[in-house]
Amino acid sequence: METLSFIELSLTNALYLLIVGFVGGLVSGFIGSGGAFVLTPAMMSLGVPGIVAVASNMCHKFPKALVGAIKRARYGQVDLKMGIIMGLSAEAGVLTGAHFQESIRLHFGDVGSNLYVSVAFVVVLGIVGLFMLQDTIQCYRSGLATEEQPGPLARWVHGMHIPGTMVYFTSLQRSISVLFTIPLGFATGLLAATIAVGGFIGVPAQIYVLGLNSLTASATELVIAFIMGVGGTIKFSWSGYVDIRLAMIILAGSLFGIQLGAIGTTYVKPYTIKLVMAVIMLTVMVSRALVIPVYLAQLNWIAAMTPETMSLLKNISFSIMVLALVAGAGIILVAIIQGRRT
Amino acid sequence: MSLSASRSHSLRSLRVFGMCSATLYAVLLLFEQPILAWSTRGGWYFIIPVAIAFLFSWVHGQFTAAFWDTLGIQAKQ
Repeated sequence: METLSFIELSLTNALYLLIVGFVGGLVSGFIGSGGAFVLTPAMMSLGVPGIVAVASNMCHKFPKALVGAIKRARYGQVDLKMGIIMGLSAEAGVLTGAHFQESIRLHFGDVGSNLYVSVAFVVVLGIVGLFMLQDTIQCYRSGLATEEQPGPLARWVHGMHIPGTMVYFTSLQRSISVLFTIPLGFATGLLAATIAVGGFIGVPAQIYVLGLNSLTASATELVIAFIMGVGGTIKFSWSGYVDIRLAMIILAGSLFGIQLGAIGTTYVKPYTIKLVMAVIMLTVMVSRALVIPVYLAQLNWIAAMTPETMSLLKNISFSIMVLALVAGAGIILVAIIQGRRT
Repeated sequence: MSLSASRSHSLRSLRVFGMCSATLYAVLLLFEQPILAWSTRGGWYFIIPVAIAFLFSWVHGQFTAAFWDTLGIQAKQ
C-alpha cells in the first residue's frame, strides 16, 4: 500500500468540517442523500489525499444514515424491505461502478476520469433535476400539495405481474417485481461510485418508477445509503484509507443536522422534498458543467487554457457547489420555520 | 408521558449522553495518533473504524436527539 499522509487537525479545520457536516446532515436527513458531493472536495481543500477523503466521507455516511433511518422509521416513513433489497443491489452497483471508474482511469488517466465524472453529473442531474423541478411546479399548481399519486410509469410497473419475482411492499400496499427494484438499486450504486451521491437516482427512481411517495422514498434512501456506506467503509478501511478523526468530526456536526432534517420532513408538504432535490441537482449540474472545458483542454481535445483560467473555473465550480448545499439547507430551514408557525 | 416528564427525560438524556459523547471525542483527540495508527493498519483491523463509527453514532445520536428535544424542536404529531 502507498504511504499516506494524514493531516494535522487544527481547531479551524475541525470547526470547518463540523459546519459542513451539519449542513450536509441537514440535507441528508431531509432528502435522504446529498452532502457527499461537497464533503469530499471540502476535505481535499484541507490537504487530505483524495482517496482518504472519499474513504472518510464513506465512514461518516453510514452511521449518519443509520441514525437518520431510525429517526424516520419512528415517523413511519421507511420501507425497510425496499431499502434492504435496493441497498444490496446498490452494493453490486458500487463494485461495478468502482471497477468501471478504474478502467477509465487506466485508459484516460486522472483527467479522463474527472471528465467522465463531470459528464455523468451534468447528464444525470440535468435530466432528472429538470424532470423533478417540472413535477414540483405541477404538484404545486394542481393543488396536489399533500397527496401524491403514482405517475404513469409507476402505474405500469404496478400492473406488471412476473411470476416468481413478486414481493409485497408495505409502503405501496401491493406487490411489485424485484426485476424493477434490483436494476434501480444497481443504478443507484453505480451512480454512488461515480459521483458519490446515489440518492440523486435512488430517490427519483423510487418516486417515479416504483410509485413511492416523496417522504417514504427519501427515508428509504437512508437505508440504502447505510448498506452502501457499510460496504464502502469495509472496502476502504481494509486498505487502511479511513481517517477516523475526520470521519467522526464530520459525524459530530452531521448528526445534529440529520436529526433536524428528519424532524423537518414532518412539517413540510411532500413536494418540498422534490423542490430541494431539484434545486440542489440543477445547481450542482451547473457547477460540474463549468469544469468540463478544463478537463477537455487538459486532454488537448479543445484549445489550451492558461493555468489562471483553469484555476478560476475550478474555484467558481466549487463555490457553486457549496451554494447548492447552502440553498438546499436554506429552503429546508425556511420550510421548517413556516411549518412550525402553521 | 406528560409534558414535564418528557422534558425531564430529555434533559437527563442530554446530560448523560452529552457527557458520554464529550468523553468519546476527548479520548479520540487525545489519543489520535495511536487510534489513527491502529485504524489504518488495514486487513481485519477494518473492524476498528467500523466499531468506532457505530459507537459514536449511538452515543452522539442519542445526544443530538435529546438536544433538539430539549429545545422543543420535535416532530409534528
